[in-house]
Amino acid sequence: MDDLYREIIIERYKNPAFKGELIPNDISFEDENPLCGDHIRIDLRVNAEGVISEAAFSGHGCAISQASADLLLESVIGKSLEEVRGISKEDLLDLLGIELGPVRLKCALLPLKILKAGVYGIKEATDALLEEE
Amino acid sequence: MADSITRHLNLDFCKDDFPVLKREVRPGVPLVYLDSAATSQKPESVILAMDQYYRRMNANIHRGVHTLAEEATAAYESARSRIAGFIGVQDPRELIFTRNTTESINLVAQTWGRANLKPGDVVILTEMEHHSNLVPWQMLAAEKGLRLEFIPVDDEGYLDVEVFQQLLRLEPKLVSFIHMSNVLGTINPAKEIIRMAKGVGAYTLLDAAQSIPHFAINVEELEADFVAFSAHKMLGPTGIGALWGKRALLENMPPYMGGGDMIKKVLLRTYTANDLPHKFEAGTPAIAEAIGFGAAVDYLTSVGMEMIKKHEQSLVAIAMEKLSQVPGIQLLGPRSADAKGAVLSFTLEGIHPHDIAQVLDSEGVAVRAGHHCAMPLHDRFKINASTRASFYLYNDENDIASLVKGLDKVIHLFG
Repeated sequence: MDDLYREIIIERYKNPAFKGELIPNDISFEDENPLCGDHIRIDLRVNAEGVISEAAFSGHGCAISQASADLLLESVIGKSLEEVRGISKEDLLDLLGIELGPVRLKCALLPLKILKAGVYGIKEATDALLEEE
Repeated sequence: MADSITRHLNLDFCKDDFPVLKREVRPGVPLVYLDSAATSQKPESVILAMDQYYRRMNANIHRGVHTLAEEATAAYESARSRIAGFIGVQDPRELIFTRNTTESINLVAQTWGRANLKPGDVVILTEMEHHSNLVPWQMLAAEKGLRLEFIPVDDEGYLDVEVFQQLLRLEPKLVSFIHMSNVLGTINPAKEIIRMAKGVGAYTLLDAAQSIPHFAINVEELEADFVAFSAHKMLGPTGIGALWGKRALLENMPPYMGGGDMIKKVLLRTYTANDLPHKFEAGTPAIAEAIGFGAAVDYLTSVGMEMIKKHEQSLVAIAMEKLSQVPGIQLLGPRSADAKGAVLSFTLEGIHPHDIAQVLDSEGVAVRAGHHCAMPLHDRFKINASTRASFYLYNDENDIASLVKGLDKVIHLFG
C-alpha cells in the first residue's frame, strides 16, 4: 500500500498541475468508471501542426485516477495526436510507477481511455483503446 | 444448556468457527472483516456440510433410485424445510430455491409481473433500492408500459411514509421494497408498509437480503406476498438464494425457466408444469449449496437470532460513537443505532472512498467502497460513492478499534 501511495501520487493528487478546464478547446471528452462513479473530462488544445499545446482535466475521482490524469497530461504536452494514439497502458503505468490490482487498474487507466477516445474522436471510451496499435 | 446460554451472551466463540477469520491478509497483518453486507464469511459447519455432500453422497436429485440419489434428495429437501422453518414458513413447498435475491426478484417480475401487470399499472419502489429491486422492474416497465413510482428517502435515511400514503392513491398493483438498506442500514417498517399496500389491494414483495441474516423474521406474520433473500449473506454459500411466496399465488404463476425437473409430463409440442416448488426449479439445482444453506440456518439457529441482533446493535452503537469523532466524517443513515442494522456507511471530507478502502486494506481492514449497487440512493444524497463498514456475529470491538486506527492512517496520508 505504501508503494501504491508513493509520494508522487499523493503530491499530484493534492496539487495537480493540469486540473481545470480549457474553454475553448479543440478536443474535449468525458466519461466515467461505473464501478466507483469516478468522472473525468479531458480538454486539449492542438496547434496547426497537430501537436498538443495545452491540456487540462476536470471531474472527480480517487487519488490514483487523479494522479494518473495529471501525469498523463503532463506527458502529452508537445506530443502529436499521432504519438498520443500510440501511448500504451504500460507507458502510463511506468509514469505512475506502481503495481496495481485489477480493480485499481481501472482507476489508473480511466484517464488514458478518455484521452484516446477524445483523440480518436469516438463516442465511447472502451478498453480496446488501451491496447497497443 | 447453561453452557450454551453463557456462550450466547458472549459471541467471542463465533470467530473461531470461521476459518477465514484466522488468516492474515499479508504477513503480520490479520484480517479484520467488515464487509459482511457484501457477503458473509462461512463457518466450518457450512464448509463441512458441502464437503461431506461431495465426498459421500454426490448424486442428482429427484430422479435416481439408488442410495446416493435418495440421500442427496433427502438432504436437499431437508435443507429446504429447515430454511422455510427459519423464516416461519409452515409449508416448505412455498420456498423456491433460486441463485440469489436478484434471481428471486427477477422470477417474480418475469412470471407474476408479466402475467398480471398491464400497461399503465403502477409499481411502487423506494429511492433506497438495491439495483436488484430496480432494474428488473425497469425492464418490465419498458416491456409493459408500467409506471414506476418511488417512496422518497428523507435526509436521515427514513422512508417518507406520508408520500407513500399519497402514492397509494394511484392504486398500485405492486409495492416492492428493501427491508433493510444495504447502504444506510435503515430498517424499514415492513409490516406497516405491507399493511398499507394491502389496504389498496396491492401485492407486496420484500427484499430481505440484508434483514433475514441479521434478525428473526416470520414472513407469514409479515404477510408479504413474496420475500426474496440470499444464502451467502447469512453464512451460506454463493450461488443459492430463495424466494418465498404464498402457495395460491405461486400455483397461479407461469413457470420461470423451462427444462428438466420443472415438468410433470412432456410431449413433443407441449408440457405440463410440475408441482411446487419444482415448477420453478428447472435443471439440476445447486445441490451442495442448498445443503450448505441448510447448515447455515442451523448455525444461526444454534446461536440465536435475538442474540445476534443484540450483539450487532451494540457493535453499531459503539461504531457510531467512535466514528463520529473522526474529523471530517459524515455518517449516512439513521442517527439512532436502534433504527439501524449492522451497516455503517460514511464519507470523509475530500477523500475518495477507494482511497479510504485501499489504505484500510493495508491495515487488514476489509470494507466496501463505491455505490454498493445503489446509485440512485447516492444521487439522492448528492455523493458519488461512500465507504461502508458492515458487521456480523463474528465481529467485535477490536474490529472497530482497527477500523478507527485505519481511518487515522487515511487522514494522516490524505488530510
